[in-house]
Amino acid sequence: MSGDQVPDDLLYTSDHEWLRRDDASPDEATIGITDFAQDQLGDVVYLDLPGEGTEVAGGDRFGEVESVKTVSDLYAPITGEVIATNGELEDQPELVNDSPYGEGWLIRVRIADESQLDGLLDADAYRAQLPAN
Amino acid sequence: MAVNGAPDAGRGGLKQLALRERHEALGARFAPFAGWEMPLQYEGIVAEHEAVRGSVGVFDVSHLARAWVRGPGSAELLRSVTTFDVTTVPVGKAHYSLYCNEQGGIEDDVFIYHLPDDQWLVIHNAANADADFGRLHAVARDQASEETPQTVMLAVQGPEAVELLTSVLGGGFAALEPRDCAELDWGGVPVLVARTGYTGEDGGECIVGADDAAALWDALTEGGATPAGLGARDTLRLEAALPLHGNDIDGTTHPFESGLGFAVTLDDEAPFTGREALAEHKEQPRTRRLAHLVAQERGVLRAGYDVHVTGEDGEMLGDPLTTLTSGAFSPSLRIGIGMAYLPAQLARPGVRLAVNVRGRALPVEVVRRPFYRKQG
Repeated sequence: MSGDQVPDDLLYTSDHEWLRRDDASPDEATIGITDFAQDQLGDVVYLDLPGEGTEVAGGDRFGEVESVKTVSDLYAPITGEVIATNGELEDQPELVNDSPYGEGWLIRVRIADESQLDGLLDADAYRAQLPAN
Repeated sequence: MAVNGAPDAGRGGLKQLALRERHEALGARFAPFAGWEMPLQYEGIVAEHEAVRGSVGVFDVSHLARAWVRGPGSAELLRSVTTFDVTTVPVGKAHYSLYCNEQGGIEDDVFIYHLPDDQWLVIHNAANADADFGRLHAVARDQASEETPQTVMLAVQGPEAVELLTSVLGGGFAALEPRDCAELDWGGVPVLVARTGYTGEDGGECIVGADDAAALWDALTEGGATPAGLGARDTLRLEAALPLHGNDIDGTTHPFESGLGFAVTLDDEAPFTGREALAEHKEQPRTRRLAHLVAQERGVLRAGYDVHVTGEDGEMLGDPLTTLTSGAFSPSLRIGIGMAYLPAQLARPGVRLAVNVRGRALPVEVVRRPFYRKQG
């Protein structure tokens, strides 16, 4: 993708992660990295993600993503228990580049504290803090 | 996610390529390298890497310094400051060589081209250009000149590179054998070509006047060459196990421990800088060797990571043995690869070690070079 896609229906962090609350199960959320993040990283070749049952804490490092040119830490937008990890990324890490908001999702978590969602950015606020091109 | 890289640097104080506008139009991302602002990637490092391995890519390598030595006695002057006996290189041939210091350490690695009429072209790494030219000028004086800004240098690499270069430049290119060099007439424009490169693939390098460079770039890209940046150049050269000066070789490493003994001639009598030390190094048992490491699990090796011996469970033991001089994810092998100087007894294919990847012990195995050999 081109690096400038910011879907309106997601929540964001200033560290370039996104969070999508599950419509059917509102206490669950999917987490990934943004189009801007994948574009800055370049070709993603390896992800180190937490397994199911791991507790991640909002603002803390939960894994890392390696591209050909660099490695970056991943930070959890909110606190919660990991209920799924995207196993497709093991063989196809490039899904993070091709579809950062879709097939390239990273983890699903059970939301521990709903009030933490209020601390995240909406699409407009996230767009506003991206560097202007 | 914290983005650690600095993909787009400022332009302050950096030298700009003559074809800058072409690169910008292609959406290049630029990065500073050895005082130049260079295209790091266009479409993406992996796509560009695969284009070079599978068909053909073109790199703007105009940052490489182009120094000439001209006139009678040029070969002997060059020989007095470089390690390979260039007086044995016939007209129309190129050879790899080194500048060494008095201790036998490698100050730069270079390609030397012998052209007609006592003309010699020496390609210097950009980071060492001033020091290298100083070495040449110290012995060749007015016979030496550096002519980098006036020209553009393009590397065309890949299994379809020779076919493309022949269709663009004419049959004169097809007549060249590996490491041949010649000046061709491209519709009235002189183009210096050589069947050389730095990717492990077949191909050629072209030097053309800056005013005609855009036309040549366009002819090559319209002819099917994928523009490729420094990112892919690095993964390609590392897969081919070609050392990068400043990373894998420098003034503290000597050619016999770096696998570059073939670039040192000692069986003549000619004096040259570093000769005595090199003769001694050659006779001494090696204490260390540049070794080639392949990760045994998913993970990326990077320059500067520590290398350890391991215990029974693969855990890292003791102080680091050494650090990686180069490392990357190999797009062709889909695994981490790297180089490091290892104690000679460990620099043997099959030896298992571990690299400290930010606290994780990533198992690696020493392999024979290269990591990747061109197909067919």
